[in-house]
Amino acid sequence: MKMYKLGALALVPLVLSACWEAPPVEGEQIGFRGVAMEQVTNPDITEPLIALNQIPTPLPKNPVVEGTPKASDVYQNVQVLGELSVSDFARTMVSITEWVAPEQGCSYCHQSANFAVDDLYTKVVSRRMMQMTQTINSTWSDHVKETGVTCYTCHRGKNVPEYIWFEDNGPAHAAGMSAENYQQNNVAPKAGYTSMLSDPLTPYLQGEPEKIRIAHENALPLKNQNNNESMQALERTWSLMMHMSDSLGVNCTYCHNSRNFASWEQSPPARVTAWHGLAMVPAINNDYMTPLQPVYPQHRLGKIDDAPKANCATCHQGINKPLYGVSMLSDYPEWKGPLSDEATIVPDYSDVPEYLDPNALEETTAAGEPTAAVSQPKVLTKTLEVAAGLTDDSGPLGMEDSAGSDVLQ
Amino acid sequence: MSMLSFEKKYRVRGGTFIGGDLFDFWVGPFYVGFFGVTTIFFATVGTLLIVYGASLGDTWNVWRINIAPPAISYGLAFAPLKAGGLWQLITICATGAFVSWAIRQAEIARKLGMGYHVPIVFSFAILAYVTLVVFRPILMGAWGYGFPYGILSHLDWVSNTGYQFLHFHYNPAHMLAVTFFFTTCFALALHGGLVLSATSVPEGEKVKTPEYEDTYFRDIIGYSIGTLGIHRLGMFLAINAAFWSAVCIIISGPFWTRGWPEWWTWWLELPVWG
Repeated sequence: MKMYKLGALALVPLVLSACWEAPPVEGEQIGFRGVAMEQVTNPDITEPLIALNQIPTPLPKNPVVEGTPKASDVYQNVQVLGELSVSDFARTMVSITEWVAPEQGCSYCHQSANFAVDDLYTKVVSRRMMQMTQTINSTWSDHVKETGVTCYTCHRGKNVPEYIWFEDNGPAHAAGMSAENYQQNNVAPKAGYTSMLSDPLTPYLQGEPEKIRIAHENALPLKNQNNNESMQALERTWSLMMHMSDSLGVNCTYCHNSRNFASWEQSPPARVTAWHGLAMVPAINNDYMTPLQPVYPQHRLGKIDDAPKANCATCHQGINKPLYGVSMLSDYPEWKGPLSDEATIVPDYSDVPEYLDPNALEETTAAGEPTAAVSQPKVLTKTLEVAAGLTDDSGPLGMEDSAGSDVLQ
Repeated sequence: MSMLSFEKKYRVRGGTFIGGDLFDFWVGPFYVGFFGVTTIFFATVGTLLIVYGASLGDTWNVWRINIAPPAISYGLAFAPLKAGGLWQLITICATGAFVSWAIRQAEIARKLGMGYHVPIVFSFAILAYVTLVVFRPILMGAWGYGFPYGILSHLDWVSNTGYQFLHFHYNPAHMLAVTFFFTTCFALALHGGLVLSATSVPEGEKVKTPEYEDTYFRDIIGYSIGTLGIHRLGMFLAINAAFWSAVCIIISGPFWTRGWPEWWTWWLELPVWG
């Protein structure tokens, strides 16, 4: 009888944990039948994801009006989108508000007294993010293909995208011999909840990214035969791969035939796209994310005061193709570029003035005029319409009909 | 027909489930019975189908011969012979042969008035196989999830299926199964070593009795499980190894589609951490 009790004891954690999925499942075969190159998903998991990852209803397009002035001719200090007509510029600004600051409205980035000045940190950051978006779409099509990205790909209606990352050397350690655990043996959410290296992003997704060269070409693993063949490098790579799998909601066989991970000949084509992504992410972190570090207020920085950075999850958010591969570029072609010359030069923010924090501003105004921040955007939208010569009761921007209108009224 | 001197005494009628006296005979040392006939039938047909399947492939290299299940798009339907149908027939033959063999073991046990321990233990091996190629594919909705019949190809299946869950060592039932497999080997090695050591005595001396064996283990660890107990333990360990193997694969897919490391977040979410 003791043995039965032992068996029952082993069942306890298996049965009591109420975290099982239930069949049926759905499968997508990637390779030849029978070799288990397949993505298996459960509709109970994927259906809520499908609902979460739909593109927002596009704003109606402006009618083409001859002679509409360019934004840079009407407004001051328009550095990125100045070539747009003033009405398209207004539409773009409204869309950004809907995607990034639906609650705060225009005042999240603009001083209401003077929209042109750059005294809010959010305005400086968002200008750089616009340049980044255009860079990604115009120079990284190997990764983003024709689908491309917009502000919404990452922001999804939030001021700060949900999936960003900071350098993290793990929890605090004891002193002496146990002062360093090399990021091992903690639960690592960035590495698919394994106990492997808890921050695989720092070595691979910023700075001079480490190369993934861990597979031996000979039967005997000879040390330093290639660039980077240590056990530590192997585990770092695995951690990174866990991050990629988790970010895309796929398993290893989405990009690899596990009989030979390194072999490109046996790999599904998605691996090529991912390879370009591994080049793209460090590039945008180095050129766009990290240089903004001096601009951010303290509460936007990481625990070693590093700037927020992008990883695979920032855009993908658990889906193999962000927003299920639905492109927003045909509705918002301004994000395709063309890339302005300034965008390719990394600005030097090292000697910036102390920028204002819109959150702090909001707190001070909210005390006296609680509704001001909410009512402001619509007024400003109308102002932009007037400036564009597009006053009409129905409103050419169609804000009343659009999906995002509730947050702007 | 060779027969050991004492064997005739045990060649008695009866104990069959099916067929009465019709198949109640021996061929050489082998008892036949109805289920001996079905075993031979399924094994022969299955083997010939494997050879036919190999002849359709592009290699006779025994390592690389591969008879794959249907594509997932066939679901639980029958597939054309050359597109996985052969795999389906071979699976039926294999299951038929294995189950026939187990029932034949049960008939022999009845004939000799013994317990059913051997067929029960063997049925756990059958359970593991049927779980892989029948139960799990049915739960997942396609025969294509079964493993292919081929020496290297089935290893590819094992590898890729493991990597579908990112890190299979985090599968809790896989942990148990692996532990039971190792413990089975450990116990078997200790048992074999003990028996051989007790019987390896200088020429002219009598072999040691089980009391010596028990004393040996009491001296080492203060306890001996005993001569009968070691076989109960061995059976328990071996059955559990096969049983948890079946569990670890039946939960992978039908009841969990994400990475196994993530499954353990239930531990992190326990309300006791404050």
